[in-house]
Amino acid sequence: MEPLSKKRKLLEAKPLNFWEKAYLPAIAQGLSITMKHFVKNVFAGGDVTVRYPDEKREFSENYRGMHSLKRDENGKERCTACGLCALSCPAEAITMTASERQKGEEHLYREEKYAAVYEINMLRCIFCGLCEEACPKEAIYLDGDIVPTDFLRKDFIYGKDKLVEPPLNQ
Amino acid sequence: METTDLIIKLILVVAIFAISLVVAMYSTYAERKVAAFFQDRVGPNRAGPFGILQPLADGAKMFMKEEIIPTRASGFLFVVGPSLAIMTACIGSAVIPWGPQMKIGDRLIDLQVTDINVGILYIFGVVSLGVYGIMIGGWASNNKYSLLGAIRAASQSISYEISMGLSIIALLMLTQTLSLKEIAAQQHGWHWNVLYQPLGFLIFMVCAFAETNRSPFDLPECETELVGGYHTEYSSMKLGFYLFAEYINMFVSSAVMATLYWGGYNYPGMDWVAAHAGPTIAPIIGVVVLFAKIFAFIFFFMWIRWTIPRFRYDQLMHLGWKTLIPLAIANIVLTGVISTIYQHYFA
Repeated sequence: MEPLSKKRKLLEAKPLNFWEKAYLPAIAQGLSITMKHFVKNVFAGGDVTVRYPDEKREFSENYRGMHSLKRDENGKERCTACGLCALSCPAEAITMTASERQKGEEHLYREEKYAAVYEINMLRCIFCGLCEEACPKEAIYLDGDIVPTDFLRKDFIYGKDKLVEPPLNQ
Repeated sequence: METTDLIIKLILVVAIFAISLVVAMYSTYAERKVAAFFQDRVGPNRAGPFGILQPLADGAKMFMKEEIIPTRASGFLFVVGPSLAIMTACIGSAVIPWGPQMKIGDRLIDLQVTDINVGILYIFGVVSLGVYGIMIGGWASNNKYSLLGAIRAASQSISYEISMGLSIIALLMLTQTLSLKEIAAQQHGWHWNVLYQPLGFLIFMVCAFAETNRSPFDLPECETELVGGYHTEYSSMKLGFYLFAEYINMFVSSAVMATLYWGGYNYPGMDWVAAHAGPTIAPIIGVVVLFAKIFAFIFFFMWIRWTIPRFRYDQLMHLGWKTLIPLAIANIVLTGVISTIYQHYFA
């Protein structure tokens, strides 16, 4: 068969010669490799790991983390509970209950309909970003951090208290 | 006179005991830190600055953990196992000369707990007793994996003890004494035994690795094959004793290697220092030098551990019986021939 590249190398199983059988040169070589790492880490400060709780790795710009429900420039909630995000969600992680805006709540919600309850089950969510794409109001983005760990399943159902952005003047 | 000697010896015993425990304690920390550096990680850094309180935290954890003795285990032997392991590890350091004679006031003090004229044999005896701790522990757990681990430990220990003893014989042919104090004193100047017995030292070192159950000879605790090996059923501080015994063994065997082959407390320019620093301070420098050598060996133990993979069991036996023993015997013959020729024609 015609080789695809010229990188092919033919290997043959030769019996080991004396030094190979003694293993000592191979051991010395291995020791020198680990020693190089040791010296680099001790004297040259070759930190290759991220000291996680103290410092966090920067995510790329299109990283999809925890969801957040956005507010507009006046601090009103953008979401109108149209349900398109829930419809587009392949994991069926999003549920919501719509409500009608009452008098005196105009500063809270942007339009007449709003989500009274908005829940995402973080155990089901696959962070595909389809809710983000489906939203006609630019109300939901997956621009948050990694979802933190917890002990109980019920604590992974995130309500509005965890999802909505904090108010502007705070 | 008698009581002062007794008190001095007592202080020495307590000091050496404390030092070996502290060294073993911080070996656990050093091992984790060194392993981290070899593997491009950070290692323990939470408890105290740079994590130096980590051994204390580990110790506290060990003591707080639930103590489990399996119902079908032999209760008495189950407790005896780890106690024996740590006891034999601790008494090995009694014959090691930590430094030259020290002068305090008018009194000359040997920096050695006891100088018995069969020092090396004593160490061999104690070291080979150590396997009883493992053996009893593995047997008493009433667990197949533990028993297999214990049997492996025993067979490995016996196999390597033979070549260790043979490698020592070549050394004894040169030193003409079994007393460690004598052997250390003979290496004054540049007469370090490793220069005369390089092959013997290599064999001895490999065997020391096997005797302390350190990687690549840590078959008794082969977690992929034997769950945890001989200490599978152990929990809390009884497990701690086993792990601790390994580190004390490492310390003692490093001390023995340094004393037998690497000149003990001797270092170049020793006489000059002794003439200038006086008979009280100079021995302390000797002790520091010996400890530097010991720490270098401990580091080497760790370096090997995080580089070389574990042997397969048949490879281990092959190396012990078919390579090291013939090599050791060849070394004896070679040493005999060369020293005879030297004595006849050059001495």
